[in-house]
Amino acid sequence: MRSIRTSRREFIRQSGILIVGGGLTGSATRALAQVADSSAKSVAADEVDAFLSIASDGTVSVYTGKVDLGTGIRTALSQIAAEELDVPVAWIKLVEGDTALTPDQGPTWGSLSVQVGGVQIRQAAATARKALVDMAAKRLGVAPGELEAQYGVIRVKSDPTKSTSYSELIGDREFRLKLDKAAPVKEPARYGIVGKSVARADIPAKVTGQFTYMQDVRVQGMLHGRVVRPPAIGATLVSVDEGSVKNVKGLRRVVRVGNFLGVVAETEWAAIKAAQKLKAIWSAWEGLPDMDKLYQVVRSTPVAKDEVTLDAGDPKSALGGAAKTLSATYEFAIHTHGSIGPSCAIADVRDDQVTVWSASQAPHWLRRELAAMLGVSDSKIRVIYVEGSGCYGRNGHEDAAADAVVLSRAAGRPVRVQWMRADEHGWDPKGPPTLAEIRGGLDASGRVIAWQSEFWIPKLTAITDGVPLIAATLAALPHKPALNPGNVFQNSAPGYTLPNVHAVCHRLETTPFRPSWIRTPGRMQNTYANETFMDELAHAAGADPVEFRLRHLSDARGIAVLRAAAARAHWAARPSPRRHATAASAGAGRGVSYVKYENVRTYVAAVAEVEADRRSGAVRVKRVVVAHDCGLVINPDGVRAQIEGNVVQTVSRTLKEELKWDRSRVTSVDWATYPILTFPEVPEVDIELISRPSDPAWGAGEPAAAVIPSAVSNAVFDAIGVRLRTVPFTPDRVKAAARRQT
Amino acid sequence: MITLQVNGVSRTVDAEPDTPLLYVLRDDLALRGPRFGCGLAQCGACTVIMDGNAIRSCVTPAVKAAGRKVTTLEGLGSVEKPHAVQRAFIEEQAVQCGYCINGMIMTSKALLDKKANPSDREIRQALAGNLCRCGTHPRIIRAVKRAATLMAKGS
Repeated sequence: MRSIRTSRREFIRQSGILIVGGGLTGSATRALAQVADSSAKSVAADEVDAFLSIASDGTVSVYTGKVDLGTGIRTALSQIAAEELDVPVAWIKLVEGDTALTPDQGPTWGSLSVQVGGVQIRQAAATARKALVDMAAKRLGVAPGELEAQYGVIRVKSDPTKSTSYSELIGDREFRLKLDKAAPVKEPARYGIVGKSVARADIPAKVTGQFTYMQDVRVQGMLHGRVVRPPAIGATLVSVDEGSVKNVKGLRRVVRVGNFLGVVAETEWAAIKAAQKLKAIWSAWEGLPDMDKLYQVVRSTPVAKDEVTLDAGDPKSALGGAAKTLSATYEFAIHTHGSIGPSCAIADVRDDQVTVWSASQAPHWLRRELAAMLGVSDSKIRVIYVEGSGCYGRNGHEDAAADAVVLSRAAGRPVRVQWMRADEHGWDPKGPPTLAEIRGGLDASGRVIAWQSEFWIPKLTAITDGVPLIAATLAALPHKPALNPGNVFQNSAPGYTLPNVHAVCHRLETTPFRPSWIRTPGRMQNTYANETFMDELAHAAGADPVEFRLRHLSDARGIAVLRAAAARAHWAARPSPRRHATAASAGAGRGVSYVKYENVRTYVAAVAEVEADRRSGAVRVKRVVVAHDCGLVINPDGVRAQIEGNVVQTVSRTLKEELKWDRSRVTSVDWATYPILTFPEVPEVDIELISRPSDPAWGAGEPAAAVIPSAVSNAVFDAIGVRLRTVPFTPDRVKAAARRQT
Repeated sequence: MITLQVNGVSRTVDAEPDTPLLYVLRDDLALRGPRFGCGLAQCGACTVIMDGNAIRSCVTPAVKAAGRKVTTLEGLGSVEKPHAVQRAFIEEQAVQCGYCINGMIMTSKALLDKKANPSDREIRQALAGNLCRCGTHPRIIRAVKRAATLMAKGS
């Protein structure tokens, strides 16, 4: 059998990875461990050995294709495994996102790491536990039912002197078992680790500079690379003047492959200077739409297909017979991921093997995409995850990896590519623009009897297509010309019990910028339209916005979160806007919003409290109260952190964020041109966590974000009587909306 | 050759004179606290303390730091022996991805050295130029308050 220690030494000796800095902690240790002993390990997602191994010293290694993007799932997944195996969390060593060592559990997205990934790990641990108890029963000569396990020791209940341990039974050996769906899992009532706020193991290293991020990894013999992107997105490279950089000390070479241009140098600063100084001539290209006409362009884009997400009753005739009808149009801007650390990757391309270190949310997909780009089989490529700056979806990490591969192949040495700020803001794939139009009808008693909605969103070629890599596109290397904005149709259907509904998504042939998913893709935009319109209907009915929602809600858990949020926020029942709101130039107000995520899971209700000023256009979100039900909560503090992050990040997106461009390229290329929320603007976040230990654990990484734009819009209406139907709510937009309504 | 006083140790590096301090710290001195975020002094991820002030190492030429006292995140404390500000961030679990956290801690340290008991508003103002994308702000504010208490107790 393999020995981790020996192979670690072997690895360091043979391939000489070195990580700068002193002690190897956090992901540095993992990066080393992950490069070790890759030859024999199972990665088949239906086998126990793919997910876990127990060493002779009792350490439990858990292998997962899910990766911790800074959200704390490393801790939550370790808790799940520790709970099922009855060992302390500290004994769990989590190995994540290494295509040679971990099973493919799909990308880390969609708030599914605990909900789906965690269930797979639990099943593997439960299967292992059952096998260990059976082995112990045989060894101790008793029936399995007479045994109990704790701290990795299995004892005879009636005679605790008779015992054996996990390490004696399996230490350093494989289970060779398929995942057993029938293996008994622990009753929630017996949980001792799951449901507790276990502290994150990565934080001490992160606050002392001892954690190794992707950006810190160094490989022996490595060169530093930088990319030189075209000045216009669709420009072609006419010529390069290499003489323009010949005086840059340390520059090794300029790499040109088709329209792909980059430099490699001995030092990072030399690479930066060379990339800045390099003179190249590019063709002109002005293929982007006029920014001011974005939503007209969206509306007139050819439709690939119509996707009806809910069809009930006869909304057309119901609308005709309604006592009151109204309609509204909602627009949601293009957003960038805005990672604080620009994307970074290292590639070591050799004749027989390609190794890539990346902070990608989807190492297994990245391997496939790189294999396609290079025209080699997947088995020739190993992608190793190292945590980077938070990505909030598919940002530039994968593209940086492809850049590094192209540069390493040309240079014949390992190359580290670090994007500059303008590369990240200018070239990460974007959250596409969303346009929605809703018509609704009320009966004489103030109930919604008709709902017709249309959403204009990009089509999806196939969710497994990934997002085309920039390097592959620029260098004209093989790639799928995919269009993949994520599952942006989700939550387009209204989340209430309504008699006559038609919700349709017009899936558009194109969208102005290469799309991808950013936290809560589609769910946020669609919920913004639906829940703002629900508020408009409440206003038309003269009803309190909370009571109006409850009127149309039959789902007990939905009702519970709405009531909990309202109670916690001391919601005073009355219609919006507040009295004298329309007469006042400024004031405070509150707004509510509700979602059942993807219409099937996590329930969230939020109350936003704002101050708004119609003359200056300023909107300040003072406090957001959230009631959140994601079923069983694995780590309450971890879920709270995710909710806080969802709220603050989405307040930022709602109030401030908007991609800007000219006809050639993105012009919002830094934090001055693409501002995000700063400390003085951050709201207080108050959370009510509703835990349901006997229900399945659902995701928490995205759902709370879905309700924020509508809650804020509804609060502004309550405060000053101005309805905000275009995100972001910049002062200019607020002033324009106020002018339209007076 | 540039000679710097970093975390109490004199270090001499062979770097081009126009190299920003950040790259000298990261690439020549193998420090991982200060981080590259924007290179434009807009986000604060690269913050170090020079002669008592929190500065942006990404736009500070290394030669300007010659002969001056530079403290990085590593110079405050370690996992085994964290500084009060670092301890407060651990206790409040005030980290998500943590890429910005160097700047948050260094800026807070410089603030607390000058003002022992800052108000909520003063903390927010002091950190106004430090960007966080994960939305860890509420915890960071709590951590700075906790750090003020810990420092007052002398721990």
